[in-house]
This record gives sequence, C-alpha cells and structure tokens, in this order.
Amino acid sequence: MKKMIESKNLVFEYIRRDEEGNVDGIIRAVDGVTLDIQPGDFVAILGHNGSGKSTIAKQINAILEPTEGYLYVDGKDVSDHDKLWEVRQTAGMVFQNPDNQIIASVVEEDVAFGPENLGVPTEDIWVRVEEALRAVGMLEYRTHSPNKLSGGQKQRVAIAGIMAMKPKCIVLDEPTAMLDPNGRKEVIKTLHELNAKENVTVLLITHYMDEVIGADRVIVMDEGKIVMQGTPREVFSQVEKLKSYRLDVPQVTELAWELKKAGMPLPNGILTVEEFTEALKQCQ
Amino acid sequence: MIRDITIGQYYPADSVLHRLDPRVKLVGTLTFLISLFLFNNLIGYVIAGLFLATMIKISKVPFSFIVRGLKTIVILMLFTVVFNLFLTDGTVLWQWKFIKITIEGIQTAIFMALRLTFLIIGSSLMTLTTTPNQLTDGLETGLAPLKKLHFPVHEISMMMSIALRFIPILLEETDKIMKAQQARGADFEEGKLMERVKALVPMLVPLFVSAFHRANDLAMAMEARCYRGGEGRTRMKPLKYSKRDGMAYLCLVAYLVVLVATTRLWMLFVA
Amino acid sequence: MSIVLDHVNYTYSAGTAYEKHALKDINLVIPDGQFIGLIGHTGSGKSTLIQHLNGLIKATGGAIYYDGHDIYDDDFSKKELRTKVGLVFQYPEHQLFETTVVKDVEFGPKNMKLPQLEVQMRTFEAIKMVGISEELYDASPFELSGGQKRRVAIAGVLAMKPEVLVLDEPTAGLDPMGRDEILDQIAAIQKERGITVILVSHSMEDVAKYVERLIVMDHGSVQYDGTPKEVFSHYKELEAMGLAAPQVTYVMENLKAQGMNVGDATTVEEAKNEILRAWKKI
Repeated sequence: MKKMIESKNLVFEYIRRDEEGNVDGIIRAVDGVTLDIQPGDFVAILGHNGSGKSTIAKQINAILEPTEGYLYVDGKDVSDHDKLWEVRQTAGMVFQNPDNQIIASVVEEDVAFGPENLGVPTEDIWVRVEEALRAVGMLEYRTHSPNKLSGGQKQRVAIAGIMAMKPKCIVLDEPTAMLDPNGRKEVIKTLHELNAKENVTVLLITHYMDEVIGADRVIVMDEGKIVMQGTPREVFSQVEKLKSYRLDVPQVTELAWELKKAGMPLPNGILTVEEFTEALKQCQ
Repeated sequence: MIRDITIGQYYPADSVLHRLDPRVKLVGTLTFLISLFLFNNLIGYVIAGLFLATMIKISKVPFSFIVRGLKTIVILMLFTVVFNLFLTDGTVLWQWKFIKITIEGIQTAIFMALRLTFLIIGSSLMTLTTTPNQLTDGLETGLAPLKKLHFPVHEISMMMSIALRFIPILLEETDKIMKAQQARGADFEEGKLMERVKALVPMLVPLFVSAFHRANDLAMAMEARCYRGGEGRTRMKPLKYSKRDGMAYLCLVAYLVVLVATTRLWMLFVA
Repeated sequence: MSIVLDHVNYTYSAGTAYEKHALKDINLVIPDGQFIGLIGHTGSGKSTLIQHLNGLIKATGGAIYYDGHDIYDDDFSKKELRTKVGLVFQYPEHQLFETTVVKDVEFGPKNMKLPQLEVQMRTFEAIKMVGISEELYDASPFELSGGQKRRVAIAGVLAMKPEVLVLDEPTAGLDPMGRDEILDQIAAIQKERGITVILVSHSMEDVAKYVERLIVMDHGSVQYDGTPKEVFSHYKELEAMGLAAPQVTYVMENLKAQGMNVGDATTVEEAKNEILRAWKKI
C-alpha cells in the first residue's frame, strides 16, 4: 500500500538576519525527521512552541520546501513544483487562527472556495459543500455569517472547507490553541468522526495532551527532532521524559505515576479515570 | 457606536430582493441614486419615497435596523440642514441681525435632508440584501469586458470581498486595542489636537501589525486551498439572469417613467 | 484595596433587537490580597464583569465601590481607577507598539505623569518581575517569542503598580511550559506585593492549583463563590453549565463510589495524599 506521508532525514533550515540584514545564524527548525504515516491513521504530533512541529506541517502542504531529505505525500514529492497543487489537494491544511482562514462572508460560500479554485463544476460544488458541512455537523449554519459563530464552529467550517476539496489527509496546525474547552472538544470529536467515517488520514499538531489520547500514534518533537514515538499509552507511560521536553501529562496519568513512585503497585501509562479506578481496585 | 454602522452590512433574510441578481441591484441602486437628482419638487420625493418604502417592505429587513444606519450620518445631515436653512435667499420669515430664515430655506433644508436620507437608505438597502461575495461577483461580471484591457478585474473584486469580510473583525479589534491601552492609562478623549493625534499611535501600530499578520495568515490559507488567481476557477453561485431579474429591470424602467412623467405633469399644473 | 459590587446590572443595546442582559444583579466583595479565580464558559459575562472593575464599562444599574468610594461619582477619577485596577486583556501582546521593550513597559507609568526616575524604577522592576532577561530590554517587542511578548505586555500593566491585578486568560495559546512560567510568576507577584489577583481562566486544573477563592459565572450571574474545593464539589451542576471539575475530582468521586474511604481533591498533590492515606490503612 502507498504510504500517505513518508519522509526521510527531512531538514528545514532558515537564515536569521539581524536588524541590518546581516546573517545572524542558521536555524534548523526541522532536523532529520523520518516519518511513515499510513492511509487512515490518526497521528498526533506533540511538542512545545518552537519544537519544529508547525514547520513540518507547512512542509507537508508544500508551503515550505525541504532543505535536505525528501518528503512524499501520497507518493508525490513536495519539492516537485509541477505537483504543488496536487500535493495541496491531497493534504489539506487547517491553521490555528479560525478568523484568518475564512475567506467568504457566508459559511457555504467559504466552504466552496477550495472546490472553486480546483475548477469543480457548479452542481458538484453544491454537493460537496453540503456533504462537507454535514460531515462536520455545521449544515444548519450554511447561510450564516462566520463572524457570528463560536471559535469551535469557525474551526469546523475551516475543516469543512478542506473536506470539500476531497483530500486524503488533513493536517491541522494547533487547531484548538485559540479555542475554549468546549470548542476544543467539538473540533477533536469532529476529527475522530472524519477519520472513522470518511477514512481521512489525520495529522493533528497540538500541545494539549488530552487531545492526543484517542490517536493511533503519538510523535513527540523537540528541537526539530522526533524524540518519542508510539501509542498514547506507550508515550504517556514515560512521565518524566515528557516533562523534560516541557510537556504535560493528563492529571490522572500524573497521579498514577506519583502513586507508583510512592510505592503503590500500579501499571504504567494510565490514560483515563476509568482505567485508574480499575487499577486501584487491583491494589486493594 | 461602531456597531451602528449598517452601511456595508449584510442582513440575512429570504426575500425577493435578496434573491435578485446582484447586477440588477447594482444597476437599480445606481438608477435610484441618479433619479434623486432628476427632480426637485414634492411629487418627485413622494414617488421616490414610495418606491423606497416598497423596496424596504419587500426586503424584509426591519425598518428599525435600517434607521440605525442613519445615526452615523446625523451630524452630516444637521450640517446640511443648518447650512441650507440659514443661507438660502428668498421670502424672509424670521430675521435676527444677519441670520435669517426663508421659506425657500426651509424647503431646501427639508428636501436636502430627504435626499440624503434616501441616498443612504437606498445604497444600504443594496448591501443589506446582497452578500459581499455576490456584490463583488456582480462587479466582476459587470466589469468583465475590462479584462480585455488587462484590467485586473478578478483581483480587485477578490480584494474587495476580503476587505468586506475583515472590516468587522478589524473594527472589533480596534475596540479591543483601545480598551487595552485605556487600561494602561491612555487617553483618547482629552487633550489638544496634536496630543490626540499622538495618542492614536498606541492604537494604530498594533492595529497595523495585526492586519499584516492576518493578511499573511490569510494568504497562506488561500494558497493551501489551491487559490491561484481567477484563471480556471468555477463558481458555486454563478450569475444567471432569471425571469425575476427581467421583471425587476421592467419595474425599474416603470419607476423612471412614472417619476419623469409625474414630475413633468406636476410642473405643468403648478406652473 | 477592597472592591464592592452592589446589585450591578449591565444591559447592552438596550431597547433594540440586540438587547442583551450581560450581567444580572452581581453582588461581590473583593477584599485585599486575595487570589481569586473567575470561571465560566464563553459568553457567561466574565469579560464584561472584569471591565466593570476598572470602569471601562459603566454598569446600567447598581453601584461599584472602590476602597469605599463610589466609582461613578463625578469627582472620582476613572484614570486613577484604571491604574489601581490593572487589567490585562486576552492576548495582551496584541497591544505592544513601542520600538523597545523598556519603552513599551514605560507607557503606563508615563501616562500616570510620574517623575522620570519613578517611571524608570517601576519599569525595570516590572520587567524583572516577569522574568525578561536584561539583554532583551532594548530589543523590539515584535522580535520576541510568543511567551516573552505576553510577559512584556503583563509587565506593562504591572509597572503601574496596581493594587488589584485582573488577568483575562493570561495563558491562552501558550504551551504547558509557558503556561506554568506565567502562572508561577503571577502567584509570586501576588505574594510579594500582597495585591489582589483575579485570574480569568478556562482551565479548571490551573485555578484549582493557584487560587484560594473561585467565582463561577453563568448566564450573567454569579452561580458559585467559594474555595475551589467547595465549588468543585458541585461538579455535576458545573457540567450543566458547560464547565467541568479537574480530572482528579472525578477520580476521587469514582473511588468514593467504589467504597474507598477518601476525601475530595482538586489537585494531583491532594489526590495523591488522600489515596496514599487510604491505601496505607489497608
């Protein structure tokens, strides 16, 4: 099977200049990253601000070009300029600020923006817009102004705008960073539904730990490198290591870890309240 | 205050006016505005007023909502009224030193105020019933022949529609920044002119910075959604004239005919 | 200095179709030196409430007393009130405008027309307090990282030496490390200066960790007002308001339902101690 996203020794460097425009230094934002994401996967990339996780997202969408190494999206080389629009159509991208990615003043017209750019015939655009809005649960808002929506709703409209381009993969660059807890839940739930029902590959970039629990795989980045990788349970069982990368763990995971340190016989990588209660029963 | 501006705002409703082709509405608004200068007598105002009232009724936009938009031009209106009231020569009604009020003055003042009101309501009715996108679509299609002269019609209409989408966001942002600077002791209300202008710097710099950030983000988001100019683009809502639009054009012609005919007749009878 | 809110009401766009009763009969006493958390979902009225505290919004009903004086009295200086009740808005880095960090932080104290020396002292003290290192003093605020920008903006308010510091979601959009740094610094400043701090937050875990008193708003009125433990014991009611309790609170409830002899907890530390105590008894 063709891989959805595949990279080897991916590097991105940029030159920093001082006020006079002289070269100040070279920053390696992404430093030798090897990725292997299969179609239908739900992968989360964790890392603190400046860890290079957003740069990777922009490379996948061919907004930034790799300095070294290679990156293929569904078999297409992102450095190949002839494939640029194919790559962008295959891997749609959702950004952090919901306001700054909605182009039209009516929800349905915004969702239509992508298909319009692709030259999709009018009748098909209507079908796609309706499907996409239904998939994110925003169909009843199709004639509303985006300005009147909540942050979570705006972000779902942005996701619908990508879905209407029929991508195989969605890359989301901290889509919940500016949302309140309810908005965050809405967006994450929508992503899991799209992943399950429409079989879209999801690459979720975030720094919120509770959002990655449902992912198939978690990748932790620090200083441009992949430093941890595995199922959420595998990653969250290493509380100390996560903390050294300036990341959190869910409260219940931390509690279990603290209790284990204090001598209680608890298993590693507890992720939910239910698991914790169950494990504690075994202790008694 | 900022929320009161209804010019340029869209009011969602399901009315015949909302469903009309934007080109019809553009032509209609233009015709109406020009018609306001075609007459200068009572019957003309009555007919234009009736026409406008009918349009408001059809549009299903609440009258109170439209009136709010007028609040912002009250000062301009007062200025015009006062100017005309005191500076028109004619039969003197009342005089104090060099200030005098004439019958003609009152008449012109009332007419000017009416004309201004009709002008504002007429043009805001168009934006209230037309989404910015439709409006720019209308302009783009209307100006399409200019493309042959290498006039960037698509680019300009895209810029307009983005501007219209971001105006409310930037207004809200201005409000937020002003409040944040007031919380740091900034004073936008007092002081001499120079001081007030200087006081705007802490508001304008952050506003520009934010506008540039947004523009940057938006450009990236548009590219990520495969935007590459007007070439090869299709439309979700292509402009197509329907029977309704033909009827609307006929109504417009009828309005003009009635207006011209009655004002002429009126002049004949009165004069 | 204490703030008293007496039957405060606020309605916007009164008499129009957009009329909204944003605050309904708010009665609160905010004494000296408390660390208070203010929670509520988006649109619950918390942002409107905090803008009343420094007079940016005027109540449409009721009275607010600052240090015993009615802030709506004609001879009460609004400008002075704003320096005494420092308000840090959400994403405060959006208000930065000067060419250097120092100049930006000076803006507040300069507006207070303080002597130059005092302005400088306050500026440096404030920048130091938020943990901005010296080599950044003359840097452009626009070149700093997101977390640094936010701290400079907070310093801009701190430099006015407010007696009450109100922060609207100071950690929004920051990563866990940036979040902990800012909250730790705020807690330290609160202790050091003995000022009142009102922290508006969406994170139940954060408020539980830092504040001594928690005010919950819903639909424009105060629903709960008490210690975090008291408030979070109403977790079911909080959920009905679209809020939640910290995860450990649910852990303890579950354990209690299982028949384990543990008390309530709102922080990991408390939960750990409770569980260990119960476990050792077995």
